[in-house]
Amino acid sequence: MYPSRFRYEAARSLDQAVRLLRDGGDEAKVLAGGQSLIPMMKLRFASPELLVDINNIPGLDYHHADPDGSIHVGALCRHADLEHSGLLQSRQPTMAAAAPLIADPLVRNRGTLVGSLCHADPQGDWASVVLALGGSIVAHGPDGRRTIPAADFVLGPFENALAHDEIAVEAIIPAPRGAPAGGYLKLERRVGDFATAGVAVAIETDGAMVTRAGIALTGVGGSTIKATAAEAALTGRPLTAETIAEAGRLAAEAAQPKSDHRGSATYKRHIVRTFVVRILGRIEGTQERAA
Amino acid sequence: MTIIYEETGAEGGPEIPQQRVTIRVNGRKVIAEVEPRLLLAHLLRHGMGLTGTHTGCDTTNCGACTVLVDGRAVKSCTMFAVQAEGREVTTVEGLATQSELHPLQEGFKEEHGLQCGFCTPGMMMAAKALLDRNPDPTEEDIRWGLSGNLCRCTGYQNIVKSVLWAAEKLRSQSAG
Ligand SMILES: Cc1cc2nc3c(=O)[nH]c(=O)nc-3n(C[C@H](O)[C@H](O)[C@H](O)COP(=O)(O)OP(=O)(O)OC[C@H]3O[C@@H](n4cnc5c(N)ncnc54)[C@H](O)[C@@H]3O)c2cc1C
Ligand code: FES
Ligand code: FES
Repeated sequence: MYPSRFRYEAARSLDQAVRLLRDGGDEAKVLAGGQSLIPMMKLRFASPELLVDINNIPGLDYHHADPDGSIHVGALCRHADLEHSGLLQSRQPTMAAAAPLIADPLVRNRGTLVGSLCHADPQGDWASVVLALGGSIVAHGPDGRRTIPAADFVLGPFENALAHDEIAVEAIIPAPRGAPAGGYLKLERRVGDFATAGVAVAIETDGAMVTRAGIALTGVGGSTIKATAAEAALTGRPLTAETIAEAGRLAAEAAQPKSDHRGSATYKRHIVRTFVVRILGRIEGTQERAA
Repeated sequence: MTIIYEETGAEGGPEIPQQRVTIRVNGRKVIAEVEPRLLLAHLLRHGMGLTGTHTGCDTTNCGACTVLVDGRAVKSCTMFAVQAEGREVTTVEGLATQSELHPLQEGFKEEHGLQCGFCTPGMMMAAKALLDRNPDPTEEDIRWGLSGNLCRCTGYQNIVKSVLWAAEKLRSQSAG
């Protein structure tokens, strides 16, 4: 299967890439890991006239923590880099749990977190994780940089807030104010499949009380869903069997699943509740083990 | 070796000029003139005659087309040949030497790690990347590392054994 014809430019710098995108207009697209774009081009769901490959731009393959504790993930940091990241394993449990569950090892070697956010697939796992963590995306365009909160970044399925001549250069996860806890759980029919349902939970605690709660849901609606009522039910309270059960119930209520080949709506809702309870119940210091 | 590749098939729309790429494939420098939409898998198979790299699903699912690009295992049906510019590509043909099979190839032979053989080159390349990163994998590590490669014949058990066999041989070689 071949995509339709396109011109290809391997940009050597961000400014060159932005110029190419500006000149290419609406028919130009950024090529990052290519693990969503190339399959779509082969199926001719996408037929850009110009591909601006950013893979050769130096200095974008990083992920690191700033002195203030925020985590920065560059546009060329691959899923596999995050899967093997000591930094995430020691400091960011929600991201560390999600990374190995994205696609399969071969796709993870090329696909990127930032590309995944840009792709804005309602089944995309990183979108929930970054939303639950209150992250943001830095866009680089002809007039410089701007920071877009993850909550405003996705406009709808496969639609993001970038202008056609903007490149997403990094995702930022803000510094936690308390101890970060949480996780990511995903039900898939087989390894490498997209989620039947996925749940991202990111909690900060001061030891006794939840100081911040982020809960986001994958694959159970037209786009990634932030379970705000469930978050509110946890904030300012301790993690007990009751608060956890309540958060699970409210998150399941926030889900808007459709019955499809992956499962019925009722089943998916049930998974959401179970996953919220399971992730919260595993957090150390939880007062009583939740059911 | 210089290749001019012109068989991407009939297509409407404006002609796109061919681009020149220089790649090292199995240690050998290759210069090719290709249309940007040519997939790496097709350059390897049709352009260079390296038919060990298989194309199975052509939809990024099966891993039969797995090759190493700068040491990382990737699906060559999901990368354009022009993207390999300046990079080092290793295919299954790059595993053996003139006189000896690679321990992975020996392992697949010893442990009956293949039946029809269609998935085998991809399995071996994914396993190569796995063993380069982790020379002493558990059975679980191997299953996880090969989870992007599908096999319709073996039921995987013998593939896992083959990789364990190869890992042991490679370790004893580097110790000796
Ligand atoms: C078999 C298979 C299974 C998969 N399973 C999962 C899964 O379980 N969960 C999951 O979340 N994903 C899954 N994916 C998708 C995968 O995670 C992709 O890597 C990801 O969605 C896109 O990242 P990419 O870097 O490959 O982007 P690309 O494919 O290069 O680009 C995707 C889109 O984003 C745009 N874009 C990319 N980067 C930028 C940027 N920096 N600035 C501006 N625009 C940009 C592109 O123009 C394009 O429109 C799967 C893919 C495959 C092939
Ligand atoms: S042919 Fe490339 S993944 Fe199946
Ligand atoms: S041996 Fe036939 S597909 Fe694996």
